[in-house]
Amino acid sequence: MSDAPLLQVTGLTKHYSGHRSIGQRLGGVPQTVVKAVNDVSLSVRRGEILGLIGESGCGKSTLGRAILRLHEPTEGKVVFDGKDVTALDADALKSMRRRMQIIFQDPYASLNPRRTVAEIVGLPLKLHGLATTQDEVRAKVAAIIEKVGLKANQLDRYPHQFSGGQRQRIGIARALISNPEFIVCDEPVSALDVSIQAQIIELLLNLKSELGLTYLFISHDISVIGYLSDRVAVMYLGEIVEMGPVDAVLSRPRHPYTQSLMSAVPEVDVHAQKSRVRLTGDLPSPLNPPSGCKFHTRCPLAIDICKVKAPVTETVGEAHTAACHRLAEKLSLLEAAEA
Amino acid sequence: MNAPLLSVTDLRTVFDTRAGRVCAVDGVNVEVRRGECLGVVGESGSGKSVTFASVMGLVRSPGRIDGGAIIFDGRDLRTLTPQQMRKVRGRDIAMTMQDALTALNPALTVGEQIGEVLEAHDETLPSSRGARNAAIRERSVEMLSLVGIPSAESRLRQYPHEFSGGMRQRIMIAIALACRPKLLIADEPTTALDVTIQAQVLELITDIRAKLGMSVVLITHDLGVVTEHCDRVMVMYAGQVVEEGPVREVIGSPSHPYTKGLLGSIPRLALRGQKIKPIEGQVPDLIDLPAQCRFYSRCTLRQDVCKSLISMREATPGHSARCVLVGKDRP
Ligand SMILES: Nc1ncnc2c1ncn2[C@@H]1O[C@H](COP(=O)(O)OP(=O)(O)O)[C@@H](O)[C@H]1O
Ligand SMILES: Nc1ncnc2c1ncn2[C@@H]1O[C@H](COP(=O)(O)OP(=O)(O)O)[C@@H](O)[C@H]1O
Ligand SMILES: [Mg+2]
Ligand SMILES: [Mg+2]
Repeated sequence: MSDAPLLQVTGLTKHYSGHRSIGQRLGGVPQTVVKAVNDVSLSVRRGEILGLIGESGCGKSTLGRAILRLHEPTEGKVVFDGKDVTALDADALKSMRRRMQIIFQDPYASLNPRRTVAEIVGLPLKLHGLATTQDEVRAKVAAIIEKVGLKANQLDRYPHQFSGGQRQRIGIARALISNPEFIVCDEPVSALDVSIQAQIIELLLNLKSELGLTYLFISHDISVIGYLSDRVAVMYLGEIVEMGPVDAVLSRPRHPYTQSLMSAVPEVDVHAQKSRVRLTGDLPSPLNPPSGCKFHTRCPLAIDICKVKAPVTETVGEAHTAACHRLAEKLSLLEAAEA
Repeated sequence: MNAPLLSVTDLRTVFDTRAGRVCAVDGVNVEVRRGECLGVVGESGSGKSVTFASVMGLVRSPGRIDGGAIIFDGRDLRTLTPQQMRKVRGRDIAMTMQDALTALNPALTVGEQIGEVLEAHDETLPSSRGARNAAIRERSVEMLSLVGIPSAESRLRQYPHEFSGGMRQRIMIAIALACRPKLLIADEPTTALDVTIQAQVLELITDIRAKLGMSVVLITHDLGVVTEHCDRVMVMYAGQVVEEGPVREVIGSPSHPYTKGLLGSIPRLALRGQKIKPIEGQVPDLIDLPAQCRFYSRCTLRQDVCKSLISMREATPGHSARCVLVGKDRP
């Protein structure tokens, strides 16, 4: 195995054009553009879990889908195992999809209610021509269903006959059946109760080591990301503001946004003495993002330059990067708040 | 005064469905003291919302309260007429609903919705039309500013969809607080929100509680939220309270295997590399539950005695749990 990362994303950008009615178009209402993902670069090594955190609406799902070309990127390049995914034609993309899969957040909405488990999970086999006979499909589906902790005698049931946790297992089986190497896990445990969430996390970790998988794991839950990721990327308004090994980023965060996220997580530690930094305001709209550093409207450390100039990404430690004008001052938001 | 503000005893609320009788709340006791914040935790379907909808007199058919007493500030709410109960709601007790977008009326401006509550409940308002409207307006602006909504004057004229999720939760809290209730019941006020916004809303509730001296019931499934914001906590499982006591004790040294299981299944950065221990299995169906410990099928410590009715047992004074192992020596 070479040292090249399994997945290399460079300058990935995804803008959605807003909807205009005919009247609006004729009336000269300008085209609105949602800048969901802007110039994102990252890499994921084989066997690694890269966690992606950020508030809802910051562009996590868009990034995950653009990597798989479920949404066509506006700009940038995605290289998977040495092949430029962004340059593939439809046929080549289809066969690449066998190797790159996705698990969705909502175990209710992402499964077709009119199909049985056998049909839902078996579909990718037919799509990719991975099984020839009906019996072969069924045997493969049964095997994968048992691997995700369901029973083979449940194959002819419909999604509504399962609980939320079980439906998420069906979603995982569907992603795994084509024998992929890389999976985008888009908030796979966010809709689940904590005891069920823990079951699914354990399942995903076990499958990863057993099958040698690589994950891009998206979540807005920092505790989940901290528990299972090797490296973490922190996203704010479509950009990665900090990235690095999980311990460095979450225990010694350098970007004020990461610092405020960490201090907002309520902890189950009755002895914890936490300093709190409270962000004011909501996430600004990606339709009309702030100038300069996009975080400046909520940043307690913002100074004049932050309003006009976007910060560049700097190395702040071993494989640890951050984009902030005030990194050199080694300011910690927590210290600043105490002072 | 030392009597608790709210004292619920042996509450039973059932739903008669086609599949059978769902016993959503089964023998629940709740005590809320003056000025305190009580946390209510449990997985979805454990009966948190139905318990407090029962307190508010808001259980709708096919549901009904099947037994128990609900004493609020010295009065048994179950003996009140619907008319009297309407007065209690809004003026004495207010509840914010889990889903702010559906709980707010999309067709009315925020100002109209706050005004409606004041109009119905505030007896201090002047009686002449003009002075009354001016007073309502003034109070509405005051409430929106209290919950931290900037430019309150102009935002009163806006509709719920023009606000973000965090703002809508604040508006619900503003409406709930309009008549300065003695008790605020907040049902999952931050479940749909991001951590940074969640922190703002919880801090707001804590501030206002101190300012107005009211009691708060905070329903949540997040044990971290309980740890940081509540004084006492009750843990619900399948329609019953299984553990109850001061946060420091219940979270710091839990007694019930379910509470321990919940705490053990929370992933944390500090637990990297260690296995989190999920609770196996799932919550039982609430129809035709056997008369035994409800956690029996998922409990790793179950014994034969657990197959009988289990009552709450005291672990330490003020801290009790529904488990035969409590009060005994165990490794
Ligand atoms: N299909 C779409 N068309 C237009 N805008 C979209 C579309 N999907 C997402 N967006 C917008 O892009 C931004 C990022 O969304 P998303 O990637 O879903 O964020 P996240 O997953 O972090 O919550 C949001 O402002 C969202 O409204
Ligand atoms: N309208 C209803 N009809 C039938 N059953 C209901 C109804 N509302 C609630 N329930 C039952 O009551 C139980 C408790 O619900 P709820 O109090 O909403 O749980 P929680 O708030 O803890 O998630 C649920 O498991 C459900 O079975
Ligand atoms: Mg998303
Ligand atoms: Mg509820």
